[in-house]
Amino acid sequence: MNASSQTSGPSAAESAPPPVATAADLSAEANASASVETETKKGVPEGLWIKCPGCAEMEFKKRVEQNLMVCPRCQHHMRVSAARRIEQLLDPGSFDRFNADMAPADPLGFIDTKPYLDRIRDTQKKTGENDAMQTGYGFVKGRRVVLACMDFTFFGGSMGSVVGEKITQAIERAMEKNLPLIIVSCSGGARMQESGYSLMQMAKTSAALARFHEAGGLYISVLADPTTGGVTASFAMLGDVIFAEPKALIGFAGPRVIAQTIRQELPDGFQTSEFLLESGFVDRIVHRKDLRSEISRVIDYANK
Amino acid sequence: MARPGYSATYVLDFEQPIIEIEKQIDHLADGAQADRFANEIRALEETRSSLLSKTYASLSPWQTVRVARHPHRPQTSDYIQLMCRDFCELHGDRRFGDDPAIITGFARIGSMKVMLIGHQKGKTVAEKVACHFGCAHPEGYRKALLKMKLAEKFGLPIVTLVDTPGAYPGVGSEQRGQAQAIAENLFEMSRLRTPVVSVVIGEGGSGGALGIAVGDRVGMLEHAWYSVISPEGCAAILWKEANETTNNRAAEALALTARRNLENGLIDDVIPEPPGGAHRDPRGAADRVQAWILDRIRELQRINPETLVRQRYEKFRAMGALSRKIG
Repeated sequence: MNASSQTSGPSAAESAPPPVATAADLSAEANASASVETETKKGVPEGLWIKCPGCAEMEFKKRVEQNLMVCPRCQHHMRVSAARRIEQLLDPGSFDRFNADMAPADPLGFIDTKPYLDRIRDTQKKTGENDAMQTGYGFVKGRRVVLACMDFTFFGGSMGSVVGEKITQAIERAMEKNLPLIIVSCSGGARMQESGYSLMQMAKTSAALARFHEAGGLYISVLADPTTGGVTASFAMLGDVIFAEPKALIGFAGPRVIAQTIRQELPDGFQTSEFLLESGFVDRIVHRKDLRSEISRVIDYANK
Repeated sequence: MARPGYSATYVLDFEQPIIEIEKQIDHLADGAQADRFANEIRALEETRSSLLSKTYASLSPWQTVRVARHPHRPQTSDYIQLMCRDFCELHGDRRFGDDPAIITGFARIGSMKVMLIGHQKGKTVAEKVACHFGCAHPEGYRKALLKMKLAEKFGLPIVTLVDTPGAYPGVGSEQRGQAQAIAENLFEMSRLRTPVVSVVIGEGGSGGALGIAVGDRVGMLEHAWYSVISPEGCAAILWKEANETTNNRAAEALALTARRNLENGLIDDVIPEPPGGAHRDPRGAADRVQAWILDRIRELQRINPETLVRQRYEKFRAMGALSRKIG
């Protein structure tokens, strides 16, 4: 499985019995190679062709972009940045962003082989974003919503204080204005460099969703490749309705951690959207081209 | 035979000097002429206890992790025995099965009736295997939630004891929704209309720990650890290799000790351990944990349920560290 080998990290299980499932083990290794496979990094000349990670065929880039970054041959859903996702989901020009200036602090003075703040600055420079999440108001086929999109290009979409706070404020605004909430998850999990602070974002966002639920709010969770670790184990799995894009990697522990723990090969299609549908943890698998209409449909059924 | 509080069968490297002294004391005290060496023994015991205090007052974060994993460190089952009367165990999640990695049941602590919930690592090899060394499956988290709701229904305070390297990473656990089970616990615990007090008694490994630790008051034993990832996991990812050096650095960087978590406002209290750690004196540790639990519950029982839930929400709502940048 292509996606899994790209997103699984070495794990604690290698060195420390008993095996450890961590919310963070995917995110960091995503940091190490923080790039969306299909989008050209700044500074690299724009290619006219891209190689589909699904079928390995070369395809004309324009054509893939017009097809919402889905391979026209094999229907592989490529990863997209938050900006592109917003463009794809919302009515043109309707995005009214909030909290764009919220940026990470370095509460622990975290240094591994490089200071966390340096890594953040580099990533900010490269992506033009302050952290791994964009939130705002917008319209989906004329229906006003609050939309939160995670950005895998930024630190593997990992959740630190900024992502947690932005999600919480998005929930609060949806509650205040009685708007449907849509969160598109795409993340390696909690961000190690903020340690306990990152972990507590799981409790914070889940608690905010409990309040939203009690207020009768509608929350549609959209799971994109990959959604793992502390993000899956908090807001991503708490949607009133949960959609998943086809063949996305969705799970708690990373596939490599699991393989090392149980010391055998994982079943085919393990931790894919289809696997989750079969085990009863997502409501529908939705092709990217149908997301707007499916979201609209649910909003209408919920009378929101 | 080891003397009370002596820990000769499993030795952490930094305890070696203490163990050497203990051996000398044992040697002198067990001989036929023990009386003749009374003064020497007393002097050695003083040396031992000051060395013990000194060592344990200045443990590095990585040493702390190793103390937290000490095989003789008291587990949930020990605290139940030492702290609770009339424990009435309740099994099963009524959906799939009964996970022995989380023990749940009615218990009396002092004069108080509570619902007790705790990770169990296992004492014997067979129990360790059954408990997956304290790594719970989804059915464990669902069982915990079911019993918490039971407690809420009858107005019992909830006590959770956290001691896990992390939630179990396996095929079955993924198939049965490990992430969903933990997420639901976070969601539901945030709105339980009864006091929840949590103590990290050993390992607080990431989401698997937090899954039963959304408490009105969260305490950590002095030598416990609590973090988003284990030091080895963090080292393996960020330093590309987990070894003694990188584990040390990762443990330091993760701010996983009780003191650091308290400084960062992520827990409410540090509960001191007996000299030389809980594994040297489980009874002493249980007494301290019990006193903390009872104090906190008494304090929380004076608060009405609406305020309680609101304050719990606000506590977690405030966690995070941000800066502003014109983006």
